[in-house]
Amino acid sequence: MMNSRIRHYIDLITVLTQKEMKVRYKSSFLGYVWSILNPLAFAFIFFVIFKVVMRIQMENYTLFLITGLFPWQWFSNSVNLSPGVFLGNASIIKKVNFPRNVTLLAVVLQDMIHFILAIPVIVFFMFVYGKQPSFSWFYGIPFLLGVQLFMTYGITLAVSSINLFFRDLERLTTIFTMFLFYATPILYPVTMIPAKYRSVIDINPLAPLMISWRNLFMEGTLKVELLATSLAYGITAYMVGYFIYKKLCWKFAEVL
Amino acid sequence: MNKPVIVFDNVSKNFPLYHHLTGGIKNFLFNLPEAVNSMRNNRFEALKDISFKVHQGETLGIIGRNGAGKSTILGLMAGVLKPSAGGITVKGQIAPLLELGSGFHPELTGRENIMLNGVLLGLTRAEVLKKINEIIEFSELEEFIDQPIRVYSSGMLARLGFSVVSCLDPEILLIDEILAVGDMEFQKKCIDKMMGFKKDGVTMVFVSHAMANVEMICDRAIWIDGGEIREEGEPEKIVEDYQSHI
Repeated sequence: MMNSRIRHYIDLITVLTQKEMKVRYKSSFLGYVWSILNPLAFAFIFFVIFKVVMRIQMENYTLFLITGLFPWQWFSNSVNLSPGVFLGNASIIKKVNFPRNVTLLAVVLQDMIHFILAIPVIVFFMFVYGKQPSFSWFYGIPFLLGVQLFMTYGITLAVSSINLFFRDLERLTTIFTMFLFYATPILYPVTMIPAKYRSVIDINPLAPLMISWRNLFMEGTLKVELLATSLAYGITAYMVGYFIYKKLCWKFAEVL
Repeated sequence: MNKPVIVFDNVSKNFPLYHHLTGGIKNFLFNLPEAVNSMRNNRFEALKDISFKVHQGETLGIIGRNGAGKSTILGLMAGVLKPSAGGITVKGQIAPLLELGSGFHPELTGRENIMLNGVLLGLTRAEVLKKINEIIEFSELEEFIDQPIRVYSSGMLARLGFSVVSCLDPEILLIDEILAVGDMEFQKKCIDKMMGFKKDGVTMVFVSHAMANVEMICDRAIWIDGGEIREEGEPEKIVEDYQSHI
């Protein structure tokens, strides 16, 4: 009995993730290429602004941008989509008693798969800049994927659930992720932040994770201290998100 | 008489009217005292102290006007709603028949939607794959099954929905107004299938405005009016009273 329930849960996640993947690019000609073109276009814009126009003094700035933007894209795509996920599944949530959180997990997993598929692009740019993938990727990437999955899933659970009761949250989420983007060292390295503002990085839950991704991709290094903080943030985000979801989920069918 | 599989024991269901909240934070904050008050008091009583039983293998019809509380009853049975008071017991695997197109995604093909729907209704992928040919055959949509369902007509969607559920082998089937769409031939096929379910001892709860169907299929009927049971008994009698009331 227990076994078949787990089996069904896994199938539910698989089928819903497949659905998200299929639906996303169903009618578009270039399909998966779009998931790479989008962050690349961002990287190009920021490169022109900061390297060509403002002449930031940094080596390999293109690679620097890409290694930060790709994982960020996963996070922000999932979070910005999340307010509409439960709303979009209203008709089924009102009728069938299935675990509602699976619909969200499918969205986050789908963005994660797109990120994984974009890693070869990072590798390509590394070769262009005369760098090579490191052995530490074998354990570093799965670890950071796990941390970011927990973090993103937790935040989206909270946002998607609360948005059913406070529909304004949808607008606030976009503004919030925009602020978070500029408050996270993605366009600039931590060392460029004036010392008195550096504490902003300490309270930003995304910062240790994004810095870790970049270190791993560019140098092949992992700092235990950053990993521990990002893991702690990730698990906290998940627990808080799941708690909020559990508190509210039985009311979903009433408000949808 | 068989043992009861669905028991409603003095069930009431209130819906808070959430308009202050869904109206946004601004609205909520500017009218804070009223908003909190209205959340407490401004409730809509969808069901008032309802008790009934559905026995194993029985087909129960529920009739009544729009907004009488019929769909709330189905929601409570399916476990997507919680009662405000009273107790509900459901024994056995329950399968709701989805209304037109819900749980379907327009961009996916008929085949992909069967998988999606089957898994959402509680089957594993292997189980759906085992039955998928039977489902497609029953729906008579072979030609269109690999087309995205946004090109389907509403009748074709109804066929697809009914076909998925009819091949589920559920123990308890909840049917909310499905037969209204679909051509005569398919309606007859659905009725035949439901008669088949009856023979196999599947318990069914059937909500409909099609009185002829209620009389034909149901063993017993309940007339819901304003969230209360107005009358309960033989389908012919209930339908007659309900119709003369209008």
